[in-house]
Amino acid sequence: MPTSDMTITLDRVSLTHPNGLRAVNGISCGIGRGERVAIIGPSGAGKTTLLRMIATALRPSDGTLSLLDVDPWRLDRAGLRRLRSRIGMVHQAPPIPPRQRVVTAVLAGKLGQWPLWKALASLVYPADIGGAQRMLERMEIADKLFERCDRLSGGQLQRVGVARVLYQQADLILTDEPVSAVDPALSDRIIGELNREAIARGVTLVASLHAVDLALHWFPRVIGIRNGEIVFDLSPVKISDAMLKDLYASESAVVPTQDSLPVAVPAAGIRRRPLCS
Amino acid sequence: MRGEGHAIRDPAAMPRLALALLIIALLWPGFRLTEFDLGVLLDPRNRETMGRFVATFFPLATSHEFLQLVLKSTLETLAIATAGMALAMLVAAPLSLAVSRSLSMSRVGPGPGRLAGTAARLPARFVLMFFRSIPEIVWALLFVRAVGLGPAAGVLAIGVTYGGMLGKVYSEILESNDTRPAVALLESGGGRLGAFFYGMFPVALPELVSYTVYRWECAVRASVIMGFVGAGGLGQQMELSMRMLNGGEVSTILLTFLLLVVLADAVSALLRRITQ
Repeated sequence: MPTSDMTITLDRVSLTHPNGLRAVNGISCGIGRGERVAIIGPSGAGKTTLLRMIATALRPSDGTLSLLDVDPWRLDRAGLRRLRSRIGMVHQAPPIPPRQRVVTAVLAGKLGQWPLWKALASLVYPADIGGAQRMLERMEIADKLFERCDRLSGGQLQRVGVARVLYQQADLILTDEPVSAVDPALSDRIIGELNREAIARGVTLVASLHAVDLALHWFPRVIGIRNGEIVFDLSPVKISDAMLKDLYASESAVVPTQDSLPVAVPAAGIRRRPLCS
Repeated sequence: MRGEGHAIRDPAAMPRLALALLIIALLWPGFRLTEFDLGVLLDPRNRETMGRFVATFFPLATSHEFLQLVLKSTLETLAIATAGMALAMLVAAPLSLAVSRSLSMSRVGPGPGRLAGTAARLPARFVLMFFRSIPEIVWALLFVRAVGLGPAAGVLAIGVTYGGMLGKVYSEILESNDTRPAVALLESGGGRLGAFFYGMFPVALPELVSYTVYRWECAVRASVIMGFVGAGGLGQQMELSMRMLNGGEVSTILLTFLLLVVLADAVSALLRRITQ
């Protein structure tokens, strides 16, 4: 496959934390433009570390990676900033100052694309109220536009974090367990909206998910990782119950689903209906 | 449970006792070195001199001219403190931003320019240290020679010393608050200043305001002290009254100090309420 069709190429990428813990161990894989990929695995498997490396927040200790056709760690400061402004990350805990207003928190998505004067002027008077409003509408919290973030519930704040990344119009959307603190109905809506965004704009979406049913339901490609290594990398219809049980063997074979407590649901009962793009 | 005959002992008792003894052992030489002796206060001769001076404190000086003089000096003191603080914030804001490591783009990853970043932080750190290592009264003596007697020297002295203190504490406040919002913005392509204003400033604002107001209160006191070396304001007035052993005037000025601190407290409380 020619490189230009790939959004992410990992070549034997490893990361060893300063304390000696090897979180990611020689992962190689390619994710093409417009692909939607879920990463699942038990806690401590290296999902977050892998995503943070793809987000250029962590530098691999071994191996090379290429994002949107460039090696981020060969770029100069300006080049790295430009690349980062094209990558949007939905964090597990939305990194938003509690005293900030929702409109500002959403507009911050374009901070990497706006010149400094525009960013500063936007603090005096919001530069794009309409744009922020549209993204909040998609998250069904448009009425919170001028609310302070510390007045929101956890689920609402998480949706502000998603609205920020939608507003960023990133070429690569990453989400790190974006719905682990959100109720099932809302999780479904958030993951659905991220998928619709990726399909509509033809951009790549990589999501690490705790709830296996969400991954199997929404994503055409699911990567299972354990101990920092890829266990399987398949379309959800090809993933068997035994494979899931094996993946989560360290968590006493309980396959985590959307309910807040991981309940031992027979994996066969999980819906498998990959959305066609 | 072990043997019932043994009472359970608090395992923290011995370390606490040792710590108390250590503190006393550390403090004792200090009191010796400074010749601190409460007995001196009770010596009959000293008691008499003090008593006579304190007796002159009453009644307070309330003559119209003197009160007007005090009012003028008070406004001057407030102006010195406020202008000095404004100058200090101008000095502190860019330096604390430069020193703050959480805003370092090269630390994300880590990426390129890491050595350059560390090298750039060193001089800024040194400037802050230099500014605050010299007491404001020494700066005031220096500036009195440079710009002559008067409030300008006090403003400059507060600007420099407090600039150094504010810069250090601002950068520590920025570091100690939640830096994840700012780092997340750096990770999505934001620049240093953008990440600061969108991710760090709103988090740290209440603490920054509260510390700045407290420092303003200190600046009021400092400007009084600097008045003694000719930097104008209430201090200069007090020095004149003390030299003339006019206790009534001294006590009026002391009462004014108290009112100023009460005022500073009220301003601080008000600002804290606004920034909550």
